[in-house]
Amino acid sequence: MKNFKEKLSGRVFLTLALFSILALAVITIFILVQGAPVIGKHGFAFIAGTSWSPGNGEFGILPMIIGSVAVTLGAAVIGVPIGICCAVFMAEFAPSLMRTIFRPAIQLLAGIPSVVYGFWGLLFVVPFISNHLGGLGLSILAGSVILSLMMLPTIISISEVSIIVLPSTYKDGALALGMTHWQTIRSVQLPAAKSGIVAAVILGLGRAVGETMAVIMVLGNATAIPSSVLEPVRTLTTNIGIEMGYAEGEHRQALFATGIILFVIIMILNISAQYITRNKSKSLKIK
Amino acid sequence: MEKYKIEIKNFNFYFGEKQVIYNLNLKVQANRILSVFGPANSGTTTLLRSLNRLCELNPELRYEGEILLDGKSIFDSRESVTQLRRRVGMVFEVPTPLPMSIYENVSYGLRLGQGKSKAAIMEAVELSLKQAALWEEVKERLDAPAMSLSGGQQQRLCVARVLALKPEVVLIDRACSGLDPISTAKIEESMSQLKKEYTIIISPHNVQQAIRVSDRAAFLLMGHLVEEGTNDEMFTNPQDKRTSDYVTGRFG
Repeated sequence: MKNFKEKLSGRVFLTLALFSILALAVITIFILVQGAPVIGKHGFAFIAGTSWSPGNGEFGILPMIIGSVAVTLGAAVIGVPIGICCAVFMAEFAPSLMRTIFRPAIQLLAGIPSVVYGFWGLLFVVPFISNHLGGLGLSILAGSVILSLMMLPTIISISEVSIIVLPSTYKDGALALGMTHWQTIRSVQLPAAKSGIVAAVILGLGRAVGETMAVIMVLGNATAIPSSVLEPVRTLTTNIGIEMGYAEGEHRQALFATGIILFVIIMILNISAQYITRNKSKSLKIK
Repeated sequence: MEKYKIEIKNFNFYFGEKQVIYNLNLKVQANRILSVFGPANSGTTTLLRSLNRLCELNPELRYEGEILLDGKSIFDSRESVTQLRRRVGMVFEVPTPLPMSIYENVSYGLRLGQGKSKAAIMEAVELSLKQAALWEEVKERLDAPAMSLSGGQQQRLCVARVLALKPEVVLIDRACSGLDPISTAKIEESMSQLKKEYTIIISPHNVQQAIRVSDRAAFLLMGHLVEEGTNDEMFTNPQDKRTSDYVTGRFG
């Protein structure tokens, strides 16, 4: 009887675990089936085409690819230095009381719904850019600012952990050589935590690339190739989000095809993050 | 009155509420090797880490009493702690090579702002690697990562790294506990060479090592200094029963 229960419980867990894999498979197959014909029909022109005009049967998503890359890179330029410095502060400088306040606060930053970020950006960041830097304010810059805030929790918490888990011998050894605290951080701890920090940045970028709701509200969503950071753009995600409601036929398939491209980009980012963190554990074993 | 390199006076050490060193008085002569030995948790590591103020990294630790280096307090707030750590170098139980090349590891302390020429640095690197009995094994591959060395080589690299700074005192904390007998022998041999120039305080990983390397020895038990004296006094004719029990292997 007991043996039967053991077996049954194993099966139940297996079945439930399969559901999550099944969901991934169903979604992937559905996107591929819906989107592949458009990519097959237009071929390279789908990725390299500069004109997106569904009414005329033109489906070139190059402006959106550029938009996604530009907004993500902008977010990285703003968010990565802030995130890493914050992680170093939390891991090395913050007194424990401050740490117990900061850590949940940063977690909370991850819990704010993205639509709230977007709304705040629209009411605060967009007018600020428009008033001080010119243009509409709906721009790459506005999107980058919002996304940089949204990727902070990921970057900070993973980088902080990768510094904290370093063997204390690194720090002891460096300090015992008469290095100052800052010299120790710069020349020993940061290089040693590098792979963890790079993985943190890549995961943060993945979050930025995939974000839709917040950027829909602040990017302006124009389908032209931008010439400066103050111009509006549309990203791959917002392209789907905006047009899905009324798209039909080939137009609808083209949006799924946009999803395929997005899927590929995020897969590449996640796989490289995994690859980098795996390399880290290997090098630790050798030692 | 004889001059001592280090004088520890009425030293008490607390970890939070728990006291780990009790009213310790100890004098260390220059150019000698002193073994501070005892069973685990006797406070030997804490004592060594106090001598270069590394113990201050933990905010829960506090101490009372005085430690003098050349007659001056090491806790004097006017003296820089990084300068103290250059005068009192330390080799740890676990090898602690920095994640960089062999050459960079040994020269790192030198390159930090003393304004020495490249040739002078290279010379110092070679000399300290020779003193640590590592030069012959690595002279062909100074640019290889320090992590690629074996454990024993890494530990000798750490010795070389400390010596490159020309310290006055070298603290060696159970530095051979994870090493093979040959590496241990090499480190012990270099120690006896080094005492001509340096004062060495070692926390040996067993009694045999203390007998082999030291001139004087101090026995610590649960944070109390039981007895201190020359090797002969300590290992062949100890005054305290606890010392004789420990060195003859009756406990510990």
